[in-house]
Amino acid sequence: MSARPAPTTFYREIDRNRRNSWLLVVIVVLVLAALGGAIGYATDFGIGGVIVALVVATVMSVGSYFGGDKLVLLSSGAKQVDLAKPPEQYQQLVNVVTEMSLAGGTPMPAVYAIDDSAPNAFATGRDPKHASVAVTTGLLEKMDREQLQGVMAHEMSHIGNYDIRFTLLVGVLVGSIALLADWFLRYTFWFGGGRRGGGDRDRGGGGAAAILFVVAILLAIVAPLIGRAVQLAVSRRRESLADVSAVELTRNPVGLARALRTIADDPEVLEVANRATQHLYIVNPIKSFEKRASSMWDTHPPLGERIAVLRNLAGQFGQDPERIA
Amino acid sequence: MEILWIVLGIVAVLIVFLIVVYNSLVRLRNMVDEAWNQISVQLKRRHDLIPNLVNAVKGYMDFEQETLTQVIEARNQAVTAQQAGPQNAGASAQAESFLTGALRQLFALVENYPDLKANQNVLQLQEELTTTENQIGFSRQHYNATVREFNTSIQTFPNVLIAGMFGFRERDYFQIEEADAAVPEVNLRTS
Repeated sequence: MSARPAPTTFYREIDRNRRNSWLLVVIVVLVLAALGGAIGYATDFGIGGVIVALVVATVMSVGSYFGGDKLVLLSSGAKQVDLAKPPEQYQQLVNVVTEMSLAGGTPMPAVYAIDDSAPNAFATGRDPKHASVAVTTGLLEKMDREQLQGVMAHEMSHIGNYDIRFTLLVGVLVGSIALLADWFLRYTFWFGGGRRGGGDRDRGGGGAAAILFVVAILLAIVAPLIGRAVQLAVSRRRESLADVSAVELTRNPVGLARALRTIADDPEVLEVANRATQHLYIVNPIKSFEKRASSMWDTHPPLGERIAVLRNLAGQFGQDPERIA
Repeated sequence: MEILWIVLGIVAVLIVFLIVVYNSLVRLRNMVDEAWNQISVQLKRRHDLIPNLVNAVKGYMDFEQETLTQVIEARNQAVTAQQAGPQNAGASAQAESFLTGALRQLFALVENYPDLKANQNVLQLQEELTTTENQIGFSRQHYNATVREFNTSIQTFPNVLIAGMFGFRERDYFQIEEADAAVPEVNLRTS
């Protein structure tokens, strides 16, 4: 881990994370453009290929944009909590979510509880008006008010930062890359590649075309991997952003840091989570490597790094970082 | 003739720009007003909860009449101050910190009564009051955030020109008087 400079303000951290996540989007767009361009030259599909890929990827994502949250909630066995008259054991949860929605000036999300002893939480929903947060009973049991507040602030920051939308945007772009690469490779495989005719006479000799073709093939193989790696980098940036945005809401970095420490130290496995939903949770529930690895293929930054960022902010609020333990 | 079109074009762009900036200032100012109202809502909640709390503990805390009375009086004063309206914000803020101090003392006393500490009613009320205090705090925090955005918007160039033209003025941040200074000493039982 690189050495951290002197304590920074959380506003700066927020800006940094936002900026980096958008830079990553630019990279994905460039990769898509490069791939599309190479394929366009190597075949005679031109830009049409990129457009078709984008449209298909968008259509595939539309369902998840509008109905995705219901599906995720259903698949995790989440039960909705009545906000008007919550059962006693969820009263504090509803109170904490209310506090965070006031702090952020956002509408109250729907609140769900998942019956599982592993502590975790997630948020879903395309914008603050159509949002839900879900928390495991394990988390409610194992955390005190300050930690719970930190976790809910993190989740609601995801909603406030429109992270579901952002993730979808990146998903569509990366999906388009994958589709385009897939079609091109299949086309090459089945039809032996090369342009189908018309136009060769205008463009140079066979040599240049052949090189372009090889470039296109290489890109088609590598681009989806780059896309996926960048997608995961984006996920990590948005997770960091949610951590620091949570501090903006609570002004209590130690609370969230303590919560992360508790989740990290808990050995239990969240049974309802799987690879499709892992990126939504506050800490990756498939976390067998969580503590050791800091890999390019992680959806979340390493817990140690997340806690270090929060520890760094503690001084700004007159908090004692030793409380994090 | 061409000059005329260019000038008209520039004027059109300026008008659009004016409209866009004006609208954004209106939006930001309204956010400030709404945030202010939110605070009043939270304060009212707190005022309504306190009689319930006092009733719940009264039976157990016969010897703490002074503190209980103090809480009720502080609460009544806060209600009056708040009803006087936003012009009275300073006095209202002071009454509220007074009340916060009184409540803090009450809860400190509750610690001495194990029966009371375990009482479900009291625990629930304690949570209610904790969340109410927090909600008041966060409403104020959010209000300050909206004030910051609004003030920044009317202070920066080029909005500053338009703000002046249409009378958008800076709003004040919400500031809390020192709570401890406002609370009088209470005679705590030591036996």
